[in-house]
Amino acid sequence: MPNAPDPITRNLWHVVAATDELPLGLVETTLLLDTRLALTRGNDGEPVVWLRRDEEQGDEIDAGTIHDRLPVRTAYGYTWTCLGTPADDLFPIPEFAEPDRVNMSCGSIGIHVSAPRAVENFLDMGHFPYVHTDILGSEPHTEVKEYDVEVSEERDEVLATKCRFMQPRAAKSATTAMEVEYVYRVPHPFCSVLYKSCPEDESRRDVIGIFLQPMTEERCRAHLLQSMIDSTSTITDLRRFQQTIFGQDKPILENQYPKKLPLDPRAETPIRADKSAIAYRRWLSQKGITYGVIPQAS
Amino acid sequence: MPLSLSDPNWYPIASSEDLPFRHVYQGQLLGRELAVWRADDGNVNVWENRCLHRGVRLSIGINEGQELKCQYHGWRYANRSAGCTYIPAHPADAPARRIENRKYPVREAYGLIWSAANDEKPFAPFPGAEGQSWFALRPMPVNAAPEDVVAGLARLAPDDQPADLLPGLTVRLGEIVYFVQPVDAGRAVIRGLLPETPADALAALRHHNEHLTHLRDRLERAAARKPAPEPLQPIYEKVSADLATMPDIAVPRGNTLNVVVSRKWQSADGVIGFELADRDGKHLPTFQPGAHIDVHLPNGLVRQYSITNGPGDLLSYVIGVKQENASKGGSKVLVETVREGDVLAISEPRNNFPLRRDATRTVLIAGGIGITPLLSMARFLDKSSLPYELHYFTRNGESVAFKSELDALHGAVHVHTGLARDAIRGTIDQVLGPHQFANHVYICGPGAMLEMVQETAARLGWPDEAVHFEYFQNDKTIDASSAFDIELARSAMTLHVPAGKTILEVMREAGLTVPSSCEQGACGTCLTTVMEGEVDHQDVYLNKSEKASNTCMMTCVSRAKSARLVLDI
Ligand code: FES
Ligand SMILES: [Fe+2]
Repeated sequence: MPNAPDPITRNLWHVVAATDELPLGLVETTLLLDTRLALTRGNDGEPVVWLRRDEEQGDEIDAGTIHDRLPVRTAYGYTWTCLGTPADDLFPIPEFAEPDRVNMSCGSIGIHVSAPRAVENFLDMGHFPYVHTDILGSEPHTEVKEYDVEVSEERDEVLATKCRFMQPRAAKSATTAMEVEYVYRVPHPFCSVLYKSCPEDESRRDVIGIFLQPMTEERCRAHLLQSMIDSTSTITDLRRFQQTIFGQDKPILENQYPKKLPLDPRAETPIRADKSAIAYRRWLSQKGITYGVIPQAS
Repeated sequence: MPLSLSDPNWYPIASSEDLPFRHVYQGQLLGRELAVWRADDGNVNVWENRCLHRGVRLSIGINEGQELKCQYHGWRYANRSAGCTYIPAHPADAPARRIENRKYPVREAYGLIWSAANDEKPFAPFPGAEGQSWFALRPMPVNAAPEDVVAGLARLAPDDQPADLLPGLTVRLGEIVYFVQPVDAGRAVIRGLLPETPADALAALRHHNEHLTHLRDRLERAAARKPAPEPLQPIYEKVSADLATMPDIAVPRGNTLNVVVSRKWQSADGVIGFELADRDGKHLPTFQPGAHIDVHLPNGLVRQYSITNGPGDLLSYVIGVKQENASKGGSKVLVETVREGDVLAISEPRNNFPLRRDATRTVLIAGGIGITPLLSMARFLDKSSLPYELHYFTRNGESVAFKSELDALHGAVHVHTGLARDAIRGTIDQVLGPHQFANHVYICGPGAMLEMVQETAARLGWPDEAVHFEYFQNDKTIDASSAFDIELARSAMTLHVPAGKTILEVMREAGLTVPSSCEQGACGTCLTTVMEGEVDHQDVYLNKSEKASNTCMMTCVSRAKSARLVLDI
């Protein structure tokens, strides 16, 4: 029997699909918080999400006949829904609206690990030389330099700044090794946004978002957003680049044990480089999130 | 009888053949996953299959010969001790000593690898084990409860020759012995042994395999009709509280251990080698390249000696002692009075000379007996196939210490003998060259040489962070001009320390007994926990991060920057 999600998690907006990829008039099925969902898009292009009964993937359906709809929002190229009472707003990514950016959803990848483990992996620079060898890092440049972390009270998010790492090929448009600077935000328990110094324009930053759909406590789907200032690479290139990266993370994450994220500080051994992960774990703990984590025994 | 996590019996968990060179095998016993790997020295390690850092399976890690490297962030764990020796994200730091993975007892016998959930029972051969050259059958995994598998094996016996049930889920059928490895409550592996290698080994393997396949199918059909047993729930031990609080700075409160001098020999003219081993043949604590131990000498003095060993080489520590270095009767006592078989107290290894493994070029420069820590460093770099050059300067007539160990290295080892001062300078100049990104130099030798390398390196543009050395003697001038108060928390006393007197002296005058040895801030004996106040560190014992933590101090030389210090005394 799956654990019922905690109320905080239940009332969050959760990502369920890339809006563009939802077929018009056909059923798509998925899982969110152990709950079976069905999705489609009506003729107006607007996504509709409801609790799945006997619908099968690919069935034809007329959106007009669906009455018990779940709340829906579209944001950052994705469709979001909520199984409880949703808040008004989803976290902001202001850069998304800048006119000269290439915004794209880069596909989704299923990972057999909890969503919080996947968030932590996204925040982690120490694995670049080992897991993303010759792309995001390479031995011998393994050092994670001191950076700053805070939990912003007013925005209720974890913020890591001044993160620097030596990278052989930080982005598709980078051709030589350089030290890149990162800022990480965790504005939602299962989403994170990364800003990274852009090889083309020093004053601006590429933005990469990862939105995790917690399917069960131990399985998730990672949905990626890129909002880039890259004029040379094609969309296919950029997509392939991000998919390579996540394809490399997947086997490591699936070999993590336990699959749920342990919130007890003594469950694993943090080092200074893990400051952001520690702040994230504490933040989840304080919020009272119990889904996909092993809460600290009180 | 249901399976228990604390079952003390030994079970086979793999065949010897499952552990080829530089491989890591994933084993399972009583609901626990195990990372099983053979080090280059032949030792088999059975560890919990989980990296202490972020829980990634170590069975997907890389066997580097004497260390296991985790795939996720490259942490290294030493052969035998499972202690962490290197954390690449912080290449300049020595990892906290207590990061040590859980390990299980292990024995290799009869072509099988054996392990147990705990150390309660010593390994004992099964009845009739001796005197045969056993031949292992192919393992047969079965999805059924281990006790049902035992019963199923027993039923294979002909009526006139019943099966012999031995302790520890073992069944003897005629001359064949079957062991049932309890993987979990509902899973087992049958591992059979024949008393000798059959004439046609392949045919025999095939025949028995078929036989066991039938048994497996029957057992699995029967198991499918029963409710599946609850899997065992292994408990993962928590890491110690000081490791969980992130800054990896722990007060180096050294435990001492007793070791026996297992060998003493002349390694070169003027250099005596000492091999120190545990008295019961157990492995010694994890050390990192560059680490030293404090040796407590029979005359009450404490002296520091670098460990020369390579990675995962923990059955003994080898140190080198210079014969004429008889200052204050330190090394002299070791050389003249300590014999093979004597017992000495040593500290756990400490590292004030950590080796970065993230350099594109590492230059090691040794003068005379200074070869000892650099030999260890070279051996670590060698095993990880990292580029390095070792330059060893010896005096005229002085011979090379640890020659065979140096000969075994694959990297560039250069011995420079009998060079005059200027020639040494010229050589160092050439060896270093202008500084380039991610180049590091490590020096150990006489003070004059250290200064020469520092000077040369600075002239060639090497930044301070790239030039590494350590002190065993405190040659700095101690500034004793400050005056301040100390509050001794446990003794409930406040004392004034005037200029010109040490904290240690003031405490002794007040009637306290406080231990000390070198009284120059080099040996660590007078280490004290600081509870409040800002320390003016003047010792060479604590490393940078320990000093910065402001949680401990050496009372023989260090003083206060604040008006008051609160000490845990
Ligand atoms: S999980 Fe093993 S090094 Fe990080
Ligand atoms: Fe990654």
